[in-house]
Amino acid sequence: MPAPIIKVDAISKSFGAFKVLDGLSMQVMPGEKLALIGPSGSGKTTILRILMTLERIDGGHIQIDGEQLYHMERNGQLLPADERHLAKMRQKIGMVFQLFNLFPHKCVMDNVTLAPMLTKGVARAAAEKRAMELLDMVGLADKAKAMPAQLSGGQKQRVAIARALALSPKIMLFDEVTSALDPELVEEVLNVMRKLAAETDMTMLLVTHEMGFAHDFADRVLFFDRGKIVEEGKPDEIFRHPKQERTQGFLKKIIAAGHRV
Amino acid sequence: MTQWSGYLGLILQGALVTVELTLMGSVLALVMAFLAGIGRVSRFFIVRALATTYIEFFRGTSIFVQLFWAYFVLPFVGLSLTPLQAGVLALGLNVGAYAAEVVRGAILSIGDEQYEACTALNLGRWQGMRHVILPQALLVMLPTFGNNAIELLKATSVVSLISLADLTFQAQVVRSQTGSTLMPFASVLVIYFVLALIISWGVRSLERRMARGLDGVRV
Repeated sequence: MPAPIIKVDAISKSFGAFKVLDGLSMQVMPGEKLALIGPSGSGKTTILRILMTLERIDGGHIQIDGEQLYHMERNGQLLPADERHLAKMRQKIGMVFQLFNLFPHKCVMDNVTLAPMLTKGVARAAAEKRAMELLDMVGLADKAKAMPAQLSGGQKQRVAIARALALSPKIMLFDEVTSALDPELVEEVLNVMRKLAAETDMTMLLVTHEMGFAHDFADRVLFFDRGKIVEEGKPDEIFRHPKQERTQGFLKKIIAAGHRV
Repeated sequence: MTQWSGYLGLILQGALVTVELTLMGSVLALVMAFLAGIGRVSRFFIVRALATTYIEFFRGTSIFVQLFWAYFVLPFVGLSLTPLQAGVLALGLNVGAYAAEVVRGAILSIGDEQYEACTALNLGRWQGMRHVILPQALLVMLPTFGNNAIELLKATSVVSLISLADLTFQAQVVRSQTGSTLMPFASVLVIYFVLALIISWGVRSLERRMARGLDGVRV
């Protein structure tokens, strides 16, 4: 049995007096596709942001690919990670945001090539060649010279996916990537993610309200509530036969709101 | 009338000095603005403290006094400046302090999501600043930079007090030589105004150029 690529051990996180994560533990195997669902404020987005080092933890430990994320081992002691250690760890992880977060002053091509050129020293020609392959994969090869403001939301999000992929991370985090899109644009982004899941062995964690997609896409579903994982299992178990009352209540509300499961 | 054209030449010579001061002062102000403005958002306390001290000192004391220090006091510590050097130094440092706050404000106006994208793409702090934050912040700074440059242009007249023959100085020379008040002062009024217009126009067209493509309409 291979070692988990992500090991979260009893982490806690508070924003002021509000405890978002309360002794959360979880493990993710390499190549696993995980869907994180749950009501807003349950901590599912926070755990993604913590893995991307956008939020710091108050307590606990995280291991990525066998190495501590927020700690460094020095002479057998665990010290808080410095910026250099964090930069090394970030190479393993990529993230796609709800609001795309493209660089508005750079064309699509430059959005995708900037980080490989700056952080990995890739030459422009090689970076552009790789970017074209990725843009082709997300169906936007013809938009390489376009500015972000000329694109639809769905197109922007596909560029953001290509941009994250350009750094070849082992783990990809998707934070409600279709929540800000018009309904008719959701499918084109989901299709790219299906393709990604089918064609790569990347580990993918996705926070989503698209229950139908989570059901088809994920190997495992985690239901979050009040900073804890209340229930987890295969999509069929969680969506068809949820055991916990809170999971049942949440799914009932989601279905009542018109989401397909 | 021929007599007037001679005096007008004198005033135009002064205008040249004013333009020179404005250009060189602006370059120094720009350098100081970016150094101190970026210093104000530094991670390091000592850098923030230095930047803040510079800004508060030069905003909090009069440009006249700063100029007198540059010209009359610095020689006592072995640093003798020509009137032009003293003028550029005082103007650049003074206006730079105001513009530094513009730089800081513009940097802080760029949304968290851009900083987060930088982190997610593993850009270093300076890489993100240089390639992502500053290019966007520059567009926010430009209109106020235009204001600062016009302020600097008008402030150049203080150098007439250390006998640098700028526009204002020459106007006074002409006035004392001809006894006419209207002609020299009317012409310097017009010249300052035209110079300020040129700055306004230049900054606006720069702004238009830089905004191209950002809204998805003008490409």
